[in-house]
Amino acid sequence: MTATDPAVTAGSSAPGGLVKSVVELDRVVIRLAGDSGDGMQLTGNRFTSETASFGNDLSTLPNFPAEIRAPTGTLPGVSSFQLHFADHDIMTPGDAPDVLVAMNPAALKANLADLPGGGLLILDADEFTPRNLAKVGYATNPIEDGSLEGWQTVSVPLTSMTLDALADSGLGKKEAERSKNMFTLGLLSWMYHRPTEGTIRFLERQFRRKPEIAAANIAAFRAGYNYGETTEAFAVSYEIKPAPMAPGKYRNISGNQALSLGLVAAAKRSGLPLFLGAYPITPASDILHELSKHKAFGIRTFQAEDEIAGIASAIGASFGGALGVTTTSGPGVSLKSEALALAIMTELPLVVVDVQRGGPSTGLPTKTEQSDLLQAMFGRNGEAPLAVIAPRSPGDCFDAAIEAARIAITYRTPVMLLSDGYLANGAEPWQVPSSEDLPDLTGAVDFATEPNGSTADGTPEFLPYLRNPETLARPWAIPGTAGMQHRIGGLEKADKTGNISYDPENHDFMTRTRQAKIDGIAASIGPTDVDDPTGDARVAVIGWGSTYGPIGAGVRRVRRSGRKVAQIHLRHLNPFPADLGEVLARYDRVVCPEMNLGQLALLLRAKYLVDIQSHTQVRGLPFRAAELAAVIQDVIDSTSGAPLAADPTGGGE
Amino acid sequence: MSTTDHVHDLGMPAANPIDAAVAASVASQGEKQTALKAKDFKTDQEVRWCPGCGDYVILNAVQSFLPSLGIAREDMVIVSGIGCSSRFPYYMNTYGMHSIHGRAPAIATGLAVSRPDLSVWVVTGDGDSLSIGGNHLIHALRRNVNITILLFNNRIYGLTKGQYSPTSEVGKVTKSTPMGSLDHPFNPVSLAIGAEATFVGRAMDSDRKGLTDVLRQAAEHQGTALVEIYQNCNIFNDGAFDLLKDPATGTQWSIPLVHGEPLVFGADGAACVVRDDLGGLRIAETNQVDASDIVVHDAHREDSSYAYALSRLSSQDLRYTPMGVFRSVQKPTYDRMMSEQLDVAAAEGSDDLDAILGGNDTWTVSA
Repeated sequence: MTATDPAVTAGSSAPGGLVKSVVELDRVVIRLAGDSGDGMQLTGNRFTSETASFGNDLSTLPNFPAEIRAPTGTLPGVSSFQLHFADHDIMTPGDAPDVLVAMNPAALKANLADLPGGGLLILDADEFTPRNLAKVGYATNPIEDGSLEGWQTVSVPLTSMTLDALADSGLGKKEAERSKNMFTLGLLSWMYHRPTEGTIRFLERQFRRKPEIAAANIAAFRAGYNYGETTEAFAVSYEIKPAPMAPGKYRNISGNQALSLGLVAAAKRSGLPLFLGAYPITPASDILHELSKHKAFGIRTFQAEDEIAGIASAIGASFGGALGVTTTSGPGVSLKSEALALAIMTELPLVVVDVQRGGPSTGLPTKTEQSDLLQAMFGRNGEAPLAVIAPRSPGDCFDAAIEAARIAITYRTPVMLLSDGYLANGAEPWQVPSSEDLPDLTGAVDFATEPNGSTADGTPEFLPYLRNPETLARPWAIPGTAGMQHRIGGLEKADKTGNISYDPENHDFMTRTRQAKIDGIAASIGPTDVDDPTGDARVAVIGWGSTYGPIGAGVRRVRRSGRKVAQIHLRHLNPFPADLGEVLARYDRVVCPEMNLGQLALLLRAKYLVDIQSHTQVRGLPFRAAELAAVIQDVIDSTSGAPLAADPTGGGE
Repeated sequence: MSTTDHVHDLGMPAANPIDAAVAASVASQGEKQTALKAKDFKTDQEVRWCPGCGDYVILNAVQSFLPSLGIAREDMVIVSGIGCSSRFPYYMNTYGMHSIHGRAPAIATGLAVSRPDLSVWVVTGDGDSLSIGGNHLIHALRRNVNITILLFNNRIYGLTKGQYSPTSEVGKVTKSTPMGSLDHPFNPVSLAIGAEATFVGRAMDSDRKGLTDVLRQAAEHQGTALVEIYQNCNIFNDGAFDLLKDPATGTQWSIPLVHGEPLVFGADGAACVVRDDLGGLRIAETNQVDASDIVVHDAHREDSSYAYALSRLSSQDLRYTPMGVFRSVQKPTYDRMMSEQLDVAAAEGSDDLDAILGGNDTWTVSA
């Protein structure tokens, strides 16, 4: 099933004397596919939680249509969830599944091409009816016509077995059928030796107000598990040992969850009340949902009338001394551009979260892309610099959110945090930090309470644009503070006094000062993150954001083939780390894979005059590790020739 | 103030920095200074409206009446958008933000809900609030956030030099409409009432007493208050309100709204407002109707259809224009309800950061 040889390690005996063998694997990629109403995302999330609590390393890729309920049984309605789990550290949800579970003909048709020959294919036989087959253009039933001979196909009547299991539940047929995803989850839980208590607890919690539904789902789940144990259809089950991880407490976390918790932590660690102004948009809405749950922390969430009101209300809250945050996706950033420039001009702290999705326009709302980098950098009128940072994994969204808040508060500037759909919905095990180990942001708040200048006659006065010489941040004097009344706004302000100024020299000075303030952030960030184990690679791969996992997996493959390559990954995209120019100059060739048409490459070429080799794709899906490995290998070989002892690139992560 | 009542710090930063900053500044001057004069609300900035602009009159009226509200300058914030009227904050010695076109109600909303201790005002114009910012205006009104909105209506775009506005009468000849404008104007009062506003008033820039009276009621209202102020643009739309300002015609066409008083107006009270057969309102001659049929103004009526019917008495040529407070009713304010939700959450839950970081399902890897 995987690149590693399976080893039969033990036998288990099931009721009825059936002896089943257990095969040990180092990693598996499972894809669950069904109708958008079949509950595939829930099933996937539950399997993920079981896997996480078992101790495997994992990475997930949910993939669903923008339509909430596309017509049943059609190709546009197919929803899938891919999970990669292993007994070692992994970085991606896997290039291709080893196992495909297809709940109907549409799911089979939409996903079969991705299942390598010989892979395990589990089908719900009940759904392969003439009507369902016709809907997706199958002239004959693939289960019977021999077209699936290249795969290990197991066709099981999942729906009717679920109905049988729930015959005494008192539920109607339609309601009982809905539990077939839990039957399937039970079967998979048996196949992969997953702990089941968590799922049972989850179902009890989820349906605590509908105990009959909870009971039915638990019954279906157990029936699926028992079916696996007793049926002859599955002779083998698989064991994937826990992955070695650093000691500590872990949980499974998605990017949007981690980002939300990072914002809560930033508020707590700065002492500032958090205000979120947001308009619902895929794939960012879950941050609004999550933060809305944490009112006990004094967090105010405001569902605004539109994207502009989302950011405008956050700016108003920041003026009042809150940590103002707005969350959105690319089309929302377009709408917020003018207000972003207001935050730049008024020099107020603001965190803007852009969970990027396929664009332009409405684009691919539920698919991932990283094509808003240039919009984040330049999408405003005038010279309007702001800080831009990006998380690299779901769990890293937590730290990135705290870092965004740190920069916003310290430098009194909007910060764009560029997550994406893959990070937002993907999940991984996350080592739970202790709150006291998180950065202390209280020192950065520093509200102004005393006049900082005086008029010609010596009267003390407050100068709202007299800057901190080190950070160039202006004072943050909040309404309610006596004697500090001042007016800010979008018109150009005179240095120090903040009065309206149309003076040519002042505008030139203020424009350069705003830029210098953002450039100066580089002094507060560490050196470029370079992974070059031998220190003498001549080729480097540079990335940002969610490509970290696929690039890292690709780099591992290349290194296993005996080649040398450095991986550079950027958290800070504006400003870049101070040493980035020197780092890039060390390498003969620099490859930059991006899920856009070369936006970081453009910035690096412009700033450092380095001949970056851009490798791009915009398929709405993360890169495949194998594809990146091949690209990197070609660059290395064309630079220095293939290593003498080169093995063919490939293998697992 | 209540922003921090919900935060129970556990070994984290001791005091909410907002409270600390406010307390420090008050301590340094002894106590909140609320015994103020009009001049205390003036800034050192030169007022740059055109000579003769109605905005001067409004600015003076506001600066003169504010001391009577007893609000300290530092507790007042004026947020404006873009347009002539939106320069207002620069001339007021309070906190202020001259923001971007149309967005002032949204900025004010974020500020007012996160700082319920402040008195938050919006100054806007007919283009700013009814054209580019129409969406924010109606949503602020329906939410009933505690803000006071002064809508300077001069029925023209002044700062861009004279295009017609969403309140210009049909057929308005301007630079952008040489053959006359085609679109039907908004009646801002009707719009506000339709948007569930809890307080709606209208006043004339030159009527210091009437303006002050409406502004005072608006300022004291809990919730979103909208005051439409007819404001003369003497450069691009001079005389737009002369029908109502001219002593010869003003009495004839203005209907003064006084809560609890019969709606009688015109020379010698010759005209009045009565109910029509369809449940709306119409104008009648006082001597032609029974005195008991004359409508007695009730600004506190819960059902907004009466206030709406009042707003429909006037037409775009300003005949039969009610002036005063149309509607003033009490409803829970958005900011207060949000604070209450936070209080409930704080009472029922905890703000233990480590607890939410761990979540429901964790596992431990031992060394």
